[in-house]
Amino acid sequence: MRMPGFLSSPEGRLAVIAVLVFAAMAALSPDLFLSVQNVTSMAFQFPEFAILALAMTVTMLTGGIDLSVVGVANFTSVSAALILTRFAGAGALGADAALWMLLAVGASLGLGLLAGLLNGVLVSVLGLPAILATLGSGLIFTGLAVALTGGSAVMGLPVAVAWIGNGTVAGIPVPLILFVGLAAALALLLRRTGFGLRVQMFGTNPLAARFAAIDVNGLLLRVYALSGVLAAIAGLVVMSRANSAKADYGSSYLLLAVLIAVLGGVNPYGGYGKIVGVVLAVLTMQFLSSGLNMLSVSNFARELIWGVLLIFVMILNTRTRVRTRPKPEARVP
Amino acid sequence: MARLLARNEVLVALVIVAFCILASLSDPRFLSLPTLTDLLRSSIVMTIFAVGAMLVLISGGIDVSFTAVAAFTMYVTAMVLNAAMPWMPWWGALLIGSAVGAGLGAVNAVLIAGFGLPTLIVTLGTLSVFRGFMLTFVGSRQITTLPPGMREFGRMMMLRGTNADGSFYSLHGAFLITVAVVVVTWAILQKTMLGRAIFAIGGSVESARRIGINVRGVQAFVYIYVGALAGLAGTVHASMARVANPFDLVGSELSVIAAVVLGGARLAGGYGTLTGTLLGVALIVLVQNSLIVIGIPNTWQSVTVGLLILLGTGLPAWQAQRHAARAP
Repeated sequence: MRMPGFLSSPEGRLAVIAVLVFAAMAALSPDLFLSVQNVTSMAFQFPEFAILALAMTVTMLTGGIDLSVVGVANFTSVSAALILTRFAGAGALGADAALWMLLAVGASLGLGLLAGLLNGVLVSVLGLPAILATLGSGLIFTGLAVALTGGSAVMGLPVAVAWIGNGTVAGIPVPLILFVGLAAALALLLRRTGFGLRVQMFGTNPLAARFAAIDVNGLLLRVYALSGVLAAIAGLVVMSRANSAKADYGSSYLLLAVLIAVLGGVNPYGGYGKIVGVVLAVLTMQFLSSGLNMLSVSNFARELIWGVLLIFVMILNTRTRVRTRPKPEARVP
Repeated sequence: MARLLARNEVLVALVIVAFCILASLSDPRFLSLPTLTDLLRSSIVMTIFAVGAMLVLISGGIDVSFTAVAAFTMYVTAMVLNAAMPWMPWWGALLIGSAVGAGLGAVNAVLIAGFGLPTLIVTLGTLSVFRGFMLTFVGSRQITTLPPGMREFGRMMMLRGTNADGSFYSLHGAFLITVAVVVVTWAILQKTMLGRAIFAIGGSVESARRIGINVRGVQAFVYIYVGALAGLAGTVHASMARVANPFDLVGSELSVIAAVVLGGARLAGGYGTLTGTLLGVALIVLVQNSLIVIGIPNTWQSVTVGLLILLGTGLPAWQAQRHAARAP
């Protein structure tokens, strides 16, 4: 079957799916779905898991995967929350609060970077399969978060923290601005820099990339470090929106992040993927999620629909990919 | 010596021995029959899961949907037997459970062998499909009155005893089911052409195809067999717990895979042993149940498991890489 040009790319097909889902939800409950309230609440909801999906995308481009993103997000946000509650407290205001917030954010991003570097070392220097390395390290990060808090939520953050997740600038939600900024920066990084080109080359054929004198280990280190920092940012957004931090927040986001990346046309074998696709996938999921919520469909049915959608899109993408890029030996478990 | 230490089985066995020595030093009651039967009881279901997960890893894939298959199966089996076939004996219930599981495994088989999709993505998807389907359309409330066959099975003990201090200990009859699963899987892997074919496609799909192995057929067998094992494990779990809770089991898939990988099965396929898998399960069960005995608080449990995975898989990988670097 030959498809018109627009539909032959995963992103083109996804754009159509996104529009269809939006139209269907708008038609099924026009008063609720199209209301200003719903649109703003959607804009506050999706950035946290969308940023996790960006982290997942970067590693998938190299043919790897990062199963530790949720663990990193929780570990870093718990650390930031502990700094804030120990030193600033709920009543902190003005310069004092700002200083401690800056420190907490810095600490969480730094820890995210370290966590990512650890993954990078495991994958590149030790040569562990990415699934195993990040599965193991994810358990460690989650476990550290549990050990730091004893399993309970860290509460009593300064009021100013809520701004990251719930504030607006000129009417636009801060988390949305954060996500758009990160997505744009990542798109530029992947499309317009040598680093992006090398990531794609490595993902397409690791051996050829090595023979082309690419510093493969350094590349993987940077990719996983980037993923760790993105996960830490997502953790900060979650912490701010929940006004607390806990070791098991967002545990369902892991499947969702993989789902969004694959739905967005990222090839799990590595080498192909566009940020535009991931953004479209995020929007599709949020339309679906909010729409089904308004139709009062249960959470369990949503899980069912996500799974069906994931498999359906995979079938669609591999059917078309097989003809353009035969990779008989490629096998990512 | 160095080569012996490079084998996961030896490493894991040494860690288990060290753990047991430490544990019995801090609590002399640790080395006793009741502890052993308790640990064996906790490992019954996990071992069945692990044997299935190992088979998939050997064939070069990965399956994370087996816990959802098990939960779906135990719930549906309990419901159907209660409603339509309360006269079914315990072995009938187990057979029906395996059949339902095999049916769900066939869904994975169609997507993986038929459409050639990546196994991790497919099984992540079917994990949420099976679970979502059950909770939406079948039910989400616990079944506390199990069918008579499953209740009968739940009471079956193969070993009973009384301690010196008067407390009871017992070993559940389901232990024999686990032994049977291990033996049957060993026979398939070591004594049949099918077993050789599973190793072959795990080593290299293309080579396997060229020597005339029906790759799709073998893959289909693997996922259906694993589904049947998961269904069996689910039915056993519900019988032993005396309740079919649809929220049970799902979430434990990663610790099962961790156990198998600790036992030396390679994620890239083509290698894995039952001995290693059993040792891996033993270690994970020890850590999950007795960490406190050697003085590590339970909140550090997942850190410990994570470290074990990284060490258990990192050490051999690192040695292999050094070996490859030294070779001309």
